[in-house]
Amino acid sequence: MSVTERPAPPSGAPSDGDASGRGAAFSSPVGGEQLQVVEPLLFASSRTGRRDVRFPSLSEAARKAAESQPEVPKHARRTATARLPEVSELDLLRHFNRLSHLNHAIDLGFYPLGSCTMKYNPKVNEWAARLPGLSESHPLDPAELSQGSLELQWLLAELLREISGMAAVSLQPAAGAQGELSGLLMTRAYHRSRGEGEQRTKVLVPDSSHGTNAATASMVGYQTVTIRSNERGGIDLGALREALGPDTAALMITNPSTLGIFEDQIDQVVAAVHQVGAIAYMDGANLNAILGRFRAGDAGFDVMHFNLHKTFSTPHGGGGPGAGPVGVGERLAPFLPEPLPILVEGTDDEVRRNAWAGRNTPGARFALEEEGTRPQSIGKVRAFTGNFGMHLRAYTYIRSNGDAGLREVSDDAVLAANYLRVRLTDAYDLPYDRICKHEVVFSGRRQKRQHGVTTLDIAKAILDYRIHPPTIYFPLIVEEALMIEPTETESLETLDRFVDVMHEIADRAATDPSALKAAPTTTPVGRLDEAAAARRPDLRHDFGAAPAGSSARQEAGA
Amino acid sequence: MAYAPHTPADRDAMLAAVGVESVDDLFADIPNAVRARSFEIPPPLTEQEVRRELTRLAARNRIPEVSFLGAGAYRHLVPAAVMEVIGRSEFATAYTPYQPEVSQGTLQSIYEFQTLVCELTGMEVASASHYDGATATAEAALMACRLTRRDTVAVSSAVNPQVRRVLQTYCSGPGIRVVEVPADLGEAGSGLTPGEAAGSALDESVACLVVQQPNFFGGIEPMAELAEAAHRSGAQLVAVVEPTSLAILEAPGAYGADIVAAEGQPLGIPLSFGGPYVGLMAARMESVRQMPGRLVGATRDAAGRRGYVLTLQAREQHIRREKAASNICTNQALCALAATAYLSAVGPHGLREVAELSMVQTRHAVAALEAAGVARRRFSAPYFAEAAIQLRNAKRRHATLAEQGIVAGLPLEDAYPELGDCLLLAATELTTDDDVARLVEGLEATA
Amino acid sequence: MTYPNDLRYSKDHEWVRAEGSTATIGITSFAADELGDIVFVELPEVGAALKQFAAFGVVESVKAVSDLFSPVSGTVSEVNGRLQSEPELLNSDPFGDGWIARVETTDGDELKDLLDADGYAKLTS
Repeated sequence: MSVTERPAPPSGAPSDGDASGRGAAFSSPVGGEQLQVVEPLLFASSRTGRRDVRFPSLSEAARKAAESQPEVPKHARRTATARLPEVSELDLLRHFNRLSHLNHAIDLGFYPLGSCTMKYNPKVNEWAARLPGLSESHPLDPAELSQGSLELQWLLAELLREISGMAAVSLQPAAGAQGELSGLLMTRAYHRSRGEGEQRTKVLVPDSSHGTNAATASMVGYQTVTIRSNERGGIDLGALREALGPDTAALMITNPSTLGIFEDQIDQVVAAVHQVGAIAYMDGANLNAILGRFRAGDAGFDVMHFNLHKTFSTPHGGGGPGAGPVGVGERLAPFLPEPLPILVEGTDDEVRRNAWAGRNTPGARFALEEEGTRPQSIGKVRAFTGNFGMHLRAYTYIRSNGDAGLREVSDDAVLAANYLRVRLTDAYDLPYDRICKHEVVFSGRRQKRQHGVTTLDIAKAILDYRIHPPTIYFPLIVEEALMIEPTETESLETLDRFVDVMHEIADRAATDPSALKAAPTTTPVGRLDEAAAARRPDLRHDFGAAPAGSSARQEAGA
Repeated sequence: MAYAPHTPADRDAMLAAVGVESVDDLFADIPNAVRARSFEIPPPLTEQEVRRELTRLAARNRIPEVSFLGAGAYRHLVPAAVMEVIGRSEFATAYTPYQPEVSQGTLQSIYEFQTLVCELTGMEVASASHYDGATATAEAALMACRLTRRDTVAVSSAVNPQVRRVLQTYCSGPGIRVVEVPADLGEAGSGLTPGEAAGSALDESVACLVVQQPNFFGGIEPMAELAEAAHRSGAQLVAVVEPTSLAILEAPGAYGADIVAAEGQPLGIPLSFGGPYVGLMAARMESVRQMPGRLVGATRDAAGRRGYVLTLQAREQHIRREKAASNICTNQALCALAATAYLSAVGPHGLREVAELSMVQTRHAVAALEAAGVARRRFSAPYFAEAAIQLRNAKRRHATLAEQGIVAGLPLEDAYPELGDCLLLAATELTTDDDVARLVEGLEATA
Repeated sequence: MTYPNDLRYSKDHEWVRAEGSTATIGITSFAADELGDIVFVELPEVGAALKQFAAFGVVESVKAVSDLFSPVSGTVSEVNGRLQSEPELLNSDPFGDGWIARVETTDGDELKDLLDADGYAKLTS
């Protein structure tokens, strides 16, 4: 690792002490100044012949027996060895541990990234995921050997059913976007089953929606129609009614919306959708705000997806894995992805009662549905039954919190967001000034107009305080958007510290805008040239030749 | 709540600042008509109670003492160092690296992952990961449709049935037709995808030929011949590969594959009842703008320091919305990190040893069963580390052994009715000579 | 902001320079600034038929993507290949080296449906 020192940050930069507690690793005790760190690629420390993991040798008997079998033909054999690194275990660990030091993470500091629900990821979940009885369970093991995995999935589906009020849940989708895909494929299958497949070609989405909604609609061959929001940040009911018609397949609506606002006319929205025979889809990305308060099923939604990596605390992993179970009302249940884990012997009530009391149910037996059990199923959206490792973490989380805990999750998440809303209104514009749910969306337009400081500059300045910036420039309908989601797991001290930082940045925007434009100055690298990265893509290490085994390399005689 | 930091005084202070009496006031905007009617969730558990519950469920599983089950998910060594790396909460509890200045750890590790996938596959560009091998295959087929502007996908019947079912689902979305290329599965068949069969399925509507190497039955396909057949009709070759096999089998880039998809689970990712795993995808650079999924690229900051960013994002849903290459957003970054750490931990020699041990132990098992007269190899073609064996009462004997904690592979009847008397066996480096002996004895005893 | 007087402009922020029946087309400095750093241009193929105000290509910046709409109808006779390796020309010289395509126009009257420099300046102010 080579370490070079950077000049001191400009005056007015962060003072010492931060809410994250991260200071020690990188900040000097007084100035928040950081040593700049470059960790070479692992390939650089590779030395021919260096080894880490070793494997046992084959017995003579095994080798001899194998000789009776046909050999791999010469034409199918690899011609150029892949240049994997050759490193010792210590070098490997140092490399990745050093890389880890270059990340911000929930476990290092505040992460108020709107729409992402960056709450604490409890460690007992990780403990559970490493139980050999669960982690070594093969997805195709006979059901008799997998009763624990199947029961866990069945129980989680039961809990999600109760949390959402939906009739049935499939855990199969690997992420929210795949939950959406499943939901729209079911929507289409439903319309087709009624002979309306041809006629219904449009999916309506509000202008505050996630990009995945529109992209998913395209994957199912639907045309996206955008519905404008009203001045209060809700969907414009008039515009919605105008757009709805016999060609509408579904409305996809995120509730609470990406503005952090509960659709207070949601009953009328669902009724209007149903009136034209369309499907009401709730994007459950923001479920963290409404646990125990609002259930999509009770409100008449036909389908919703859950993001286990948001509401149910499974770690985001630097971009994944997630899990996006999908819940449906009775109408869509026949179309759910297959297979579902099912209880084949025993009664639902008894199994639930026992499991809630921590007991096995004698005689209960679970299995996966056989292929073709539900001939109207949309099929499989991924191999096996989903991201089980996320399912078991979510199950652990729900059981840890229980009914009271889950209600409190939403209460505290909403309270924290409203607290920040009130505390920051003097410094930043608040386009929709009303009670919010789990997140609040400010606008940096004042700073941009008055001082030429953009929301991007504000975000980069926040980095110097060891806080992850809010989501920026989303939702698209808010100019210079700053979307803040504090979550329920941050203490009042952390929230207050964030308020102080945001005020300090607003002040600095007025007094010293050029300093904000130069931010961040204390991170491992400064602002990176993204245009250069996209214009001349460098997407892999250049060993000085084409990749091993590529035809170009062979032609070159390598 | 288990993880709430607030004292009653904190909550009072926040409520006072917001100017409401109680938290209920913050939910006043939920219309009465649609308030939750029920919330019958069991009461909270303490850590020791929740541990007991998870231990109960884990104990309800029975992890087999001996297993020859693969069929798309393989029991390999997960080195302790790999678990240590992915257990780092700086990696595990970070979000998608949208703020590159504080995400260099994740970004650089993905750049290393992309490099390793390119090295293994012999391709020019690899994505940052997909949900699993099946969805990577499906997305590869859709990508081929965009690249060729054609609307039919041809897939060999020797591709993993789970993968084919996911492919079918994804293709049903935009209305892409899927046609099957029959593999030679008859009595005394090779178990491979014949070049002629592929050729006759390919016409000018076909965007790609999807073939698996080694195929579902472990058979080593004539990939160069199949690639040629695809290219002759202007179609692309989508090669679905098993990553450890690439230490021994030719790199897809060398036989003309246009897009490569793979299930990365064998690279240091626990079985975990089917997920999370990681889908690998690689392609030619000229196709990069039609490639779905995130990409990380190297660049510099104003001071000239090298750094990494998410790049070519205009392909993705958060910018292109309905015109995006795919709706994929969340991927499998932490599993990609596991694969990166795994490939670095085993290195080129270790990966070859894994492949060699898996291959030889599978052969050992098949040879021992043949020598004992218990079963015979179903297909004639050379195979890698998985093989279909034929024996009387396959399904019943499989079930009987399972009760003893021995999993004799996968009965093929459900997916291939014509192979009703067959089991698909896979061995790995974890398979011992003793395991082979117990398999043979077990099957003998159930005759 | 002022714009070159010898060009005509569309409301979609494309410009056209007509020389006889040949028209050179590109995007305006206003469009380039709005998009930010342009990283990729999807050019039409030579021989492609363009229709006035219809999409004929795509331009991408780091964080945005936009369709290109042709200001005139005609057949593409030449494209600016430099843009493939130097898309930044659209930012640095949008009215010069950053031209996108040359078109053999089919209907000279179409120019009347476009704005002059003053009209475009008003549109973008």
